[in-house]
Amino acid sequence: MSAVLEVRDLAKAFGGISAVDGVSFEVHEGEILGLIGPNGSGKSTLFNCILGQLAPSAGEVRIDGRAITRMRPCDLNRLGIGRTFQLLQVFPQLSVRENLVLAGQEHQGSMWSRLVGRRDAGLGASANRMIEFFRLTALTEEKAGALSYGQQKLLDVAMAFMAGPRLVLLDEPAGGVNPTMLAELRERLREINAAERATFVVIEHNMEFVMSLCTRILVLAEGRIIAEGAPAEIRSNPDVIEAYLGG
Amino acid sequence: MRMPRNARAIAAAVAVALLVAAPFGLKPYGIYLLSLWAVMTIAAIGLNLTLGYAGQISLAQAAFVGIGAYTAALLTTQGWPLWSAFLLATGLCLVVGWLLGYPALRVQHHYLAFVTLSFATLVFLMLRNEEWLTKGVYGISGIPRPTLLGWSTKAPLDFYFFCLGVLALVSAAAWWLIRSPWGRAFTALRENPIRADSLGVDTRRYTLMAFAIGSALGGIAGVMYAPLVQFIEPTAFALNLSLNLLLMVMVGGSGYFLGPFLGAAVSVLLPEWLRFSEGLYLILYAMFVMILMAFCPSGLLGLAERLRKPSR
Ligand SMILES: Nc1ncnc2c1ncn2[C@@H]1O[C@H](COP(=O)(O)OP(=O)(O)OP(=O)(O)O)[C@@H](O)[C@H]1O
Ligand SMILES: [Mg+2]
Repeated sequence: MSAVLEVRDLAKAFGGISAVDGVSFEVHEGEILGLIGPNGSGKSTLFNCILGQLAPSAGEVRIDGRAITRMRPCDLNRLGIGRTFQLLQVFPQLSVRENLVLAGQEHQGSMWSRLVGRRDAGLGASANRMIEFFRLTALTEEKAGALSYGQQKLLDVAMAFMAGPRLVLLDEPAGGVNPTMLAELRERLREINAAERATFVVIEHNMEFVMSLCTRILVLAEGRIIAEGAPAEIRSNPDVIEAYLGG
Repeated sequence: MRMPRNARAIAAAVAVALLVAAPFGLKPYGIYLLSLWAVMTIAAIGLNLTLGYAGQISLAQAAFVGIGAYTAALLTTQGWPLWSAFLLATGLCLVVGWLLGYPALRVQHHYLAFVTLSFATLVFLMLRNEEWLTKGVYGISGIPRPTLLGWSTKAPLDFYFFCLGVLALVSAAAWWLIRSPWGRAFTALRENPIRADSLGVDTRRYTLMAFAIGSALGGIAGVMYAPLVQFIEPTAFALNLSLNLLLMVMVGGSGYFLGPFLGAAVSVLLPEWLRFSEGLYLILYAMFVMILMAFCPSGLLGLAERLRKPSR
């Protein structure tokens, strides 16, 4: 089985602080990898370095064996990599449908065809399917800014899937979402994973959510990987318990 | 603003009918003001694309109006037809606007305001100092009005209809652009460039495009402005005009399609209506703008939307 995502000795320092300190791991096709660790352990920074939002101080990132370090986020996205951010990021002035169309429109045609072509870039039907899939049907024409926090969170996740990505990095998708919606979100993610063989990396503080969703878990502390394994192993790993409880 | 489709069509038809009927019975000065409104609206539509939709502040719009006006003045006084000025000015402003977009890839907000301000000053100094080309402070006079397929636009009324026609074309093009995927990408760029980038939106290219297209519309307005006033000199395109255009976009409602139409009307016509108050009119106008901006930064159309909301 080949690695979809391969991270080698990745490091990122902010001034004197090394936020990510030589991290290496692989993610295989169809996997749902959990990434956990205490606050400030470097999880979001790791995502941002992988996805070109931040330039890493050292190390290498490969997608399907191809080096992508320092590629721009928009080019990476067009290679089939989707993401969400830790803080909710939808476009409040655009409607739910417009948000989704936007999330897919740059993946097809040329700049020119997007100017003279169809207004919905031919994505109306797939946007509707995504809206139904994430149970947002009643809100289709509402401005995203008018949705509840949980609904916006669902939209945010839905946007990451709009272009049919092979690899999706989710930064705390469950943060601030109520338990009912959480179960919903987990089901949706599982379905996409099963149906499309999409690969996920999920950062999450909600242990129940991670343990039940992920097939394998990485634990980060102070910018380094301190443990790796199946959910059950991680739960009973003394180093992990120490990292979370000891300061 | 959300309106049923046919209500919108009716409103548009009424507006067009009013604009066509408006100049009849007006003195030449009134017709001149209406023409000036149409020309300024074109420039403001351009700035609304750059600022209102794509979120990139520019204090350089007057410079592009100047480039367009001088292109038209220099060409048509040498006997070239006005359409050649349209082509040259649009091309020139597209390229220069594109280049002006590069700083916007590095700096934002007030820093970008200063960069574009410096550019505007540079253009102003060129217009004033390069006398061999622009005649400097003496300006260029005797700018002819065009004859289109045998239709002379010499008379104020004819020229007004010419302005209205160009405004209609520009509005249609802008409407198309805003409703295309590009318009959506511009809005995304304004609201959250980082998220847009992560969704595959090439924010660099769209930023440059927003500047290029907005500037080109400034140039087109300039090409219309020169034969309207028939005499141009550099101060007409100084910072004052840039600020005025910025005000038009903000007062009308930045990011609203109809914002520039309304904003230009306020900026061109209101001072005239307030003339009865003699020396006070500038103060009244300034107070109106300050109160509007303080209580409704989204402009008149934002205010209208806010008033409609509760009834929905
Ligand atoms: N832009 C930045 N500039 C300076 N320091 C930063 C920056 N971003 C992150 N850091 C620092 O890097 C470290 C790791 O932060 P990061 O956001 O990656 O942690 P995290 O694991 O995502 O935490 P959380 O679970 O709270 O989201 C922290 O010490 C943080 O203060
Ligand atoms: Mg984080």
